[in-house]
Amino acid sequence: MDFFIEFILVPTIKIGIVFGVLSLAVAYLTLLERKVIAFMQVRLGPMRVGPYGLLQPIADGLKLMLKEDIVPAGADRLIFTMAPIITLIPAFIVFAVIPFGDSIELFGYEIDLFITDLNIGVLYVLSVSSIGILGVILGGWASNSKYPLLGALRSAAQMVSYEVALGFSIIGVLMLSGSLSLVDIVESQRSSSFWYVFLQPVGFILFFICGVAETNRAPFDLPEAETELVAGFHTEYSGFRFSLFFLAEYASMIVVSCMAVTLFLGGWLRPFPNVEFLGFLDLVPSVVWFGIKVVGFLYFYLWFRATWPRYRYDQLMSLGWRYLLPISIANVLVTAILVLVLGG
Amino acid sequence: MQHETLFDSSEIVLSMGPQHPSTHGVLQVKLKLDGEKVIDAECVIGFLHRGVEKLSEHQTYGQFLPTLDRMDYIASVSNCLGFAEAIEKMLGVVAPPRAQYVRVILTELNRITSHLLWLGTHALDIGAMTVFLYCFREREEILKIFENYCGARLTTHVFRIGGLEYEIYDGFEDEVRAFLNDFPSKVDEYEQLLTENRIWIGRTRGVGVLTKEEAIDMGVTGPCLRASGVSWDIRKSNPYAAYADFDFDIPVGEYGDTYDRYLVRIEEMRQSTRIVSQAVEKIPDGPIKAKVGKILRPVVGDVYHSIEAPKGELGYYVVADGSTQPYRVRVRPPSFVNLQSLRQMVKGHMVADVVAVIGTLDIVLGEIDR
Repeated sequence: MDFFIEFILVPTIKIGIVFGVLSLAVAYLTLLERKVIAFMQVRLGPMRVGPYGLLQPIADGLKLMLKEDIVPAGADRLIFTMAPIITLIPAFIVFAVIPFGDSIELFGYEIDLFITDLNIGVLYVLSVSSIGILGVILGGWASNSKYPLLGALRSAAQMVSYEVALGFSIIGVLMLSGSLSLVDIVESQRSSSFWYVFLQPVGFILFFICGVAETNRAPFDLPEAETELVAGFHTEYSGFRFSLFFLAEYASMIVVSCMAVTLFLGGWLRPFPNVEFLGFLDLVPSVVWFGIKVVGFLYFYLWFRATWPRYRYDQLMSLGWRYLLPISIANVLVTAILVLVLGG
Repeated sequence: MQHETLFDSSEIVLSMGPQHPSTHGVLQVKLKLDGEKVIDAECVIGFLHRGVEKLSEHQTYGQFLPTLDRMDYIASVSNCLGFAEAIEKMLGVVAPPRAQYVRVILTELNRITSHLLWLGTHALDIGAMTVFLYCFREREEILKIFENYCGARLTTHVFRIGGLEYEIYDGFEDEVRAFLNDFPSKVDEYEQLLTENRIWIGRTRGVGVLTKEEAIDMGVTGPCLRASGVSWDIRKSNPYAAYADFDFDIPVGEYGDTYDRYLVRIEEMRQSTRIVSQAVEKIPDGPIKAKVGKILRPVVGDVYHSIEAPKGELGYYVVADGSTQPYRVRVRPPSFVNLQSLRQMVKGHMVADVVAVIGTLDIVLGEIDR
């Protein structure tokens, strides 16, 4: 019986909850984006559907599902259909290893607030999330249209350029924590009594920039630059397939935010996890701390979008290769030397 | 341009427009691309052709004025002013000073709206979406003034041959003053978002360079010419309406690139504010319209009159045959002439720059196709 509960019932419920909450979070992230940007632009944003437009994402979702599903003539039908799915699935399954909170006691069982704790969690996240971009490339190519093709080419180049710097920016954290497991990384931030953002400020900034570029968001939203490439790689997609791309984009924004929070901002830990007299902060559940940090991080995404113009393709490349990559390698070296000298 | 799509060729022909979010209407640009690099570009125009010039031949001089609003619909006041003054020149009528001053105020306000719309869409093309809404916020204030004055916001038809039809309304000066008080700080706000923004500078510096000689050779006028370093403004060189009475500077660029054109237009908005604030303080008393007959019948002859529209030199060549209708009207639209520099400006640049260059030329297809 214990076996059933521990290995089948609890994980299934956890997966269900994570999937449900995530889908809802993605939907409401679109609303948050519209609202935040609207307020920055002296507008109100969606106000019609539900109070303060709160039902807008649901209406949008319904609209997209009911729309005609168009496959352009000359498109590679199989790949065209698969591309959005290839993009969406990795964006969701990454959440299998993200620790959302400390373990809690429920009905006499100790339950961990993560689906699984892989000992190679960071590696898993990096590799799975980079599959998603394949869908973008395939979708752009299978559309048999010029704008999507250009968008797909751009995203391929962007992925190669920024994945490398992204990987290097994390290595500093891995050296400090000595583990690839996301849970261990959070725990080691408790024991070192500092969030790694204070020990690895350069790494954090690099991770942030590369993360924005990885998710194709402003100012690096070249693959779907609407004023140049109409809608980039998803120009030919409509209805439900389009909404899959859309969901994947927002889900991967959440992934990057969760990763940034876990690696650099102490995950589910409260601020100053070792300071005794701030103990009252523990009254707030760890999941809530995690949520607050993720939303705060996501806010920057939206802020960027409202503020900055878009980079040009060649400028994006030169930023990635000429600046971010050397800086991230230097960061790794400096961290390695310091860890060696100061004894970890 | 030929459409050669050979399998071993790395070039593709991309048709940008006429339905494209950032070709500012129904412009089609055929781009020959090597990867993302533009090898050649060709503009296809005429999708918005309505035969404005031909229409004039079947309308009286007065009737034709509202049609002109539909040319450059962003700056309809300027269109109206040019034609009204051309006909006044023909008839030998001079609009009374009060009319001249109100004309300057409305035209300069219209220049501000035109530049605001340019700034908003140009920034949006380059990806800075917030500037767009800020610009429209201020544009709205001016459109409200227009609406209060003549009932229309976009196609205003404010001027008549010989002056203006309506006296300015009570509180007109106060509303204009209120706008002028606010506006400079709003321009600072736009500049805060863009002028020193690294991405903005990266996207506009050195993009679409037009040298002094090239600009003159191609007949480019307006802010695009001034950004290339030529201090040529018809308001100064050949003053019309009441422009001779006001102090204002002509901003001039240095390199003739997109960034310079941006700076020139921003400064022009400030200068327009300066002109309006001078004009609104000393609107002379007197009639608002000169005495012209109900039926206008210029003597046989022709006239060319040009004004400095927001986009450049807007010229009207009118031939009269002694009847109540023009024999021929030929418009020299600034956008049409400026657009021909596009090919020169985008060659060797990237696809993203094409969008920036179309934006920086500040074209209106209604005026190009007429």
